[in-house]
Amino acid sequence: MVNLRVSIERIKQTDCCGRVLIEVAKPMTQTLTNQSLRSALKALKCKECGAEYELQATHVCEFCFGPLEVSYDFSQLSHPITRESIAAGPHSIWRYRAFLPVETDTPIDVGTGMTPLVKSHRLARQLGLKHLYIKNDAVNMPTLSFKDRVVSVALTRAQELGFSTVSCASTGNLANSTAAIATRAGLDCCVFIPADLEAGKVMGTLIYGPTVMAVQGNYDQVNRLCSEVANTHGWGFVNINLRPYYSEGSKTLGYEVAEQLGWELPDHIVAPLASGSLFTKIYKGFREFVEVGLVADKTVRFSGAQAEGCSPIAQAYREGRDFITPVKPNTIAKSIAIGNPADAVYALDVARKTNGQIESVTDAEIVEGIQLLAETEGIFTETAGGTTVAVLKKLVETGKIDPEEKTVVYITGNGLKTQEAVQGYVGQPLTIEPKLGSFERALERSRTLDRLDWQPVLV
Amino acid sequence: MSITVLIPTPLQKLTQNQATVECNGSSIAELLDSLEQNCPGIKDRLCDEQGELRRFVNFYVNNEDIRFLDGKKTALQDGDEVSIIPAIAGG
Repeated sequence: MVNLRVSIERIKQTDCCGRVLIEVAKPMTQTLTNQSLRSALKALKCKECGAEYELQATHVCEFCFGPLEVSYDFSQLSHPITRESIAAGPHSIWRYRAFLPVETDTPIDVGTGMTPLVKSHRLARQLGLKHLYIKNDAVNMPTLSFKDRVVSVALTRAQELGFSTVSCASTGNLANSTAAIATRAGLDCCVFIPADLEAGKVMGTLIYGPTVMAVQGNYDQVNRLCSEVANTHGWGFVNINLRPYYSEGSKTLGYEVAEQLGWELPDHIVAPLASGSLFTKIYKGFREFVEVGLVADKTVRFSGAQAEGCSPIAQAYREGRDFITPVKPNTIAKSIAIGNPADAVYALDVARKTNGQIESVTDAEIVEGIQLLAETEGIFTETAGGTTVAVLKKLVETGKIDPEEKTVVYITGNGLKTQEAVQGYVGQPLTIEPKLGSFERALERSRTLDRLDWQPVLV
Repeated sequence: MSITVLIPTPLQKLTQNQATVECNGSSIAELLDSLEQNCPGIKDRLCDEQGELRRFVNFYVNNEDIRFLDGKKTALQDGDEVSIIPAIAGG
């Protein structure tokens, strides 16, 4: 009982700290002053029981183990946020700084965000959709996945909280991003990955010179190890003790789509589901824009994509459960192979209350999805993107997406990192001699092969 | 019979800041009662009002998630190591 009383007092105290933080928040620099003069940051709040905590490096509620999330009070901003003030901000996620959980005037800005929102013509026509858009984070900066958004936010906050070493458990993309942005920010870095990752993802981390621990186990085991390491070395783990800040970075995928659609929400979004965090944060981003009056309110349908070889959320959705049964991943879509997804219950909730769907596709369909996006839109995505495109296709074919809906599909990573996945499925170059005759013969042969490709009967 | 339990940081206030606690029990359910005797108040944090494990708490016996074993009925043997870990995100 004594212990319980101590904890309650601490929370009351942290309530006060939340308010103090608002009062001492520093004015922003000239480039950002258009947005606000005071931070809207309020506290960390348990998503389960509502207990509030100081804005420190902590991620779990002491009472119920629920995840902590950053809460804001946008009425505390001394200047209202307007479309114009955002548009006048930097060409990066930091144009939405007032909505992000940092206090500094000088966030780590490596040009992350503001990736293209491409209106699809050829893929849309092939699928029979009239208004399909592709949010292309395969070209996000600096490491070609949406993870640069969350890491930019997490490491900015890590510096504010005084960490000198940052770390993460990763399926690859997060490791790339953490290593790159840490070196840019002058932070020491140690990342943990499963030992069987694709070569591109390993090289794309090692090149920045961090310490890399390749753990002999799957991602869930890596994550568990890290949660045991997290508190022993005083490191900032972006997806563990910094998770409340880190995950907020994904909201920018919602903000940008709304802004790029001309300050309007789409009707339907399709996004990959790994831990479920990205999915729920896009939702939070849309809701915040509605709350502050930047866009008109609208119900956006949220549909999620999983690989069949690791689909605990899709299974729970199909069976009408509000809890997940963990699985041991077995899929080529390693970047989304999380068998014990932490935000699954919230992702299920978002999909259900918005009348969305959660679907899974086989590895073969994932490869076809990668090829379909590449051949119709010129975008080479990794396995997560292949999963999302394949689920989009499946939802259209089963009548779950209305052709009239303004649909946005989120492509979150780059195909050059997972070349193993498509090796053997794409063609070979035609090797020729540097002679005209050799070229002509090869061209004729390739045209014959092309014809064979689309003729359904053997010739 | 002795089981080593790894205690996560949010609960270490209840264990006098100890990261590990030695307990008894032939199953996870019994282990929870043994833990409660050693560290009063801890069971309330780990279980909901119905006595079921909270949905954001993960238990591992010798590195295996008990949801792949027998859940709360998972049998324990002398020398086993039980980890209590909050759910975490990532990717």
